[in-house]
Parts: sequence; structure tokens; C-alpha cells
Amino acid sequence: MSHDRGVPHIEFRGVGKRYGAARPVLEDIDIIVRKGEFVSIIGPSGCGKSTILKLVAGLIPVTSGTVLVDGMTPVNAREIVSFIFQDPTLLPWRTVAHNIGLALELDHSPRDARPRRIEALLELVGLKDVERSYPRQLSGGMKMRVSIARALASKPRILLMDEPFAALDEMSRDRLNEELLRLREEHKWTVLFVTHSVAEAVFLSDRIIVLAPFPGRVATEIDVSLPFPRDTELRASSALDDSIAVVSKALRGAHAL
Amino acid sequence: MKKQVITGLNSLIVLGSLLLIWRLLIWALAIPKFMLPTPWAVAEAATERSSSLLASVRITGEAAACGLFASVIVGVLIALIFAQWRWIRRMFYPYTILLQTVPIIAIAPLILMWLGPGIVSVMVIAFIMCLAPIIANTTQGLISVEHNLIDLFLMHNAKPAEILWKLRLPHAIPSFFTGVRIASGLSVIGAIIGELFAGSTRVGEGGLGYAIQYASSQVETDYLFALVFAASALGFAFFFIIMFLEWYFLHNWHESARPAEND
Repeated sequence: MSHDRGVPHIEFRGVGKRYGAARPVLEDIDIIVRKGEFVSIIGPSGCGKSTILKLVAGLIPVTSGTVLVDGMTPVNAREIVSFIFQDPTLLPWRTVAHNIGLALELDHSPRDARPRRIEALLELVGLKDVERSYPRQLSGGMKMRVSIARALASKPRILLMDEPFAALDEMSRDRLNEELLRLREEHKWTVLFVTHSVAEAVFLSDRIIVLAPFPGRVATEIDVSLPFPRDTELRASSALDDSIAVVSKALRGAHAL
Repeated sequence: MKKQVITGLNSLIVLGSLLLIWRLLIWALAIPKFMLPTPWAVAEAATERSSSLLASVRITGEAAACGLFASVIVGVLIALIFAQWRWIRRMFYPYTILLQTVPIIAIAPLILMWLGPGIVSVMVIAFIMCLAPIIANTTQGLISVEHNLIDLFLMHNAKPAEILWKLRLPHAIPSFFTGVRIASGLSVIGAIIGELFAGSTRVGEGGLGYAIQYASSQVETDYLFALVFAASALGFAFFFIIMFLEWYFLHNWHESARPAEND
């Protein structure tokens, strides 16, 4: 299994997190995500799934323990990390192309190279036709594509995804899942993916971390041994159903913890 | 398009009916001319004295526009300060509400005492009237940015100036315009109130407020009515110009600035 060998890319060592005097959100979390791995985090609400992503992004500090991203502190590692939020977080006053360009502007990438880069990203996520449209003119799935294109504009090594497809209908979600895997084949990112959907987690991941709530802690980890590339055919297979059943059972167990 | 024509026609019918009721009331109740002139008499007074009427509209319009313009500049600056430093906002925000609740009619004489009669006092009174809604709405727009968007900028290690320029300012434009729209009506009212107190530096010449007072002292009720309509028209013109600017800047991306398509 790949994660038995690779270099740790994201590392949680005994991490605890609490907000103020409230009861802790996370307690004693040990997680290692290796380079190139696709790891999903699932768990009941209140288990601190999103908090884990925010810690990796350095948007909030740990209360105890250490988080290392590519061997650095999360804030120092931001250059190689892109965060994809549950809502598309597009700027409504910018066109699709300029929303993608925002990442390049904020990264101070060379100005004359930007149009070509935006062009390539539009091509990549299949939005060439709507580059001049404003976000309000797009469907939920298209907005998410823009959001993904913007995240990829920074050429990240690590993708943090916080239930990015939760608001979409099932068909768009399945399509985007498949495209995400296709892009990942090519770019070999390390991905930490938070979701509510067991089926989505199984379809996408090399490994699934199941969290238990109150306080959030790791209940169990499950390797998904389905072969890549995964595509529409896999969706109909019984191997997928078997894996889903295993993870669902683990998730029910985590509820009971 | 057809729907708009019908809406326009309906408004005209309402106007016509109101004028008719007005005329019938005078006839039925035998109201004397100096109490309520006929619509026709008002129109006559307006055309006969159109040059002084337009002069008054121009004077008031200029004072209101200057007051509004100054309040936009000062109001946005204050809103920027409020948005950047929470502690300053906490300290001073209550006083901007005070600014809104203090009756302008009570401060107007004070301002005249301090600044003397004349256009400057009138502008200052209009300015004070406009300031609060611009500060309140613009501040709200600047600080109500969705948290995930701030996080997005932070992930790119954006500096506060970048967050302000590329995120907070554009995000605040719709609420800024809401503030200016409210202020545009207030600016005309403020200028007229100012003129009621400030009078005129030259006899027989002055803004709408001055002319209204003069006409009422002379019991020129027909001209008084013409002045009242001119004042409303001026306020409406201000409002309309701001609406147009709002549409111009926002129609591409903001829902509020677009005509409803499905009703």
C-alpha cells in the first residue's frame, strides 16, 4: 500500500483544539497523510472534520500538539496548499476568468503569463464557453468548477477540500468526482477531503479516516483497495458496494463511541 | 416592454385622477383660492415665474449636491476607518446613530449662528443629513464579507490592503449605493430646511426653502404649490440619478440592480 512507504506530507502529532473555555473540538489526533495520497475524513457532525482542514491551512492555531505540512508550519506551507470550500466562494463582481485570475494576482505571478494560464485552467475544467459570465449566471456545478480552477491556479501540491460537492445534485457530484480523480492522476496532489458521503469517500480515496465526536478523535482508518483508475464502471460494481458497507459500519461504530 | 408601457399608463391614470379629485374638491367644498389653488392656477404660476422657480431649483440643487458629495467622501472615509479598526468602530458607532436621530431642525439655527447665513451653512446642513446613512450602510458592506472569502485571501497570504481593495471595497458597493440612495433624498430636504433658516443674501432670490417661506408670507399659495412640486421633482431627480449610477455599476453582477425577470 502506497501510504506505507511515501514521505509524510501532512502530519498531526497529538493535536488538540479547543475554542476558548469550551470543551475540546479535537483531542489527541495523530494523522499522517503521505505524499500523493488521497485521504478522506468522514464522521458525524460535531467531530471536528472542518477544524482539521483549517489547522492544516494554518487558519487557526492548535491548542496542543503539532501540525506539520511538508515539514513546515502550516502558515509557512500555504504556498503549496489550496483550500476548496463547501461554497464556491467566488467574487460575484468578477467574471469567471477574473475569478480564476484572482489567485494569480494574489500570488503575484508574472502579469503577462496570466491570460494563457487562465485559458489553460478554463480548458482544464471545461468552462471555455463561460469565461466572460458572472457567477450568478452559472449553475452550482459550474461555480464549483470555477472554484476548483482557481484553487489549481496556484499550482498547489496539497488540496484541502471541505465538502466541496455537498451542495450539488448527485449527477454533477459524480461527474466532478470522476474529473477530480482524472486531474489527480495527472497532477499527483496530496488531497485531504472532508465529506458526509460514504460513497463519495470510498470512490475517491486511498484511505478513509473515521472520526468519532465529542471530542473529535480518530475512531478508525480504513484502506480502500479498489484499483485506479476509477470511473463510471466501478460505480456499478459490487466491489464498490462492499467497501461502502465496510465504511458505513465503521461510521456507525464511531457514532456509538 | 409592453408591461412597462402599461405600468407607465397606470401611473398617468393615477396622476390624472388625483388632479381631478383636487379640482372637484375645490368646487364641491368651495375652497378659496388662497387656501387651495386649482391645478391650473398652480401650472400658470409656475410658467409665469418659471425663471425664478428654476433659479431656486438650481440654488437648492447645487447646495444639496455639494452636501451629498461631501458626505459621500467623508462618510466613506469614516466607514473605511470603522471597517479597519474594530475598537474605533465600537467607540464611535453609537454617535453616528445619534447623528441620525438628532432633529436637524434643532441644529440648523446653531449652524447658521456659527457659519453665518448663506450657501455654506445650507450645504453643511445637507451634509449632516446625508452622513449617517452613508456611514452606516458602507460600514455594514465593508464588514459583512463572508468569512470563507477572507480565509481564501489569507490562504494566498494576502495583505490587509489587498483584502480591502480586492474584497471589502467591491463587496461594499451595493450597500454603499443603498446609503447614497437614502441620502440623496435627505440632501434635498436638508438643503431646503437650511434655506428656511438661512434666508437669502439677495432680496427676492434664494433656494426653494427661502422661496417657500417668502411665498407663504405673501400668501402666494399657487406659487407655493409650484415650489412644493419643484422640490419633490428635485428630490426625485437626485434619486433617479443615483438609481441610474447604481444600475450602471451593478447590473452585471448584483441581483438588486437588475430588473425582475420573472414577475
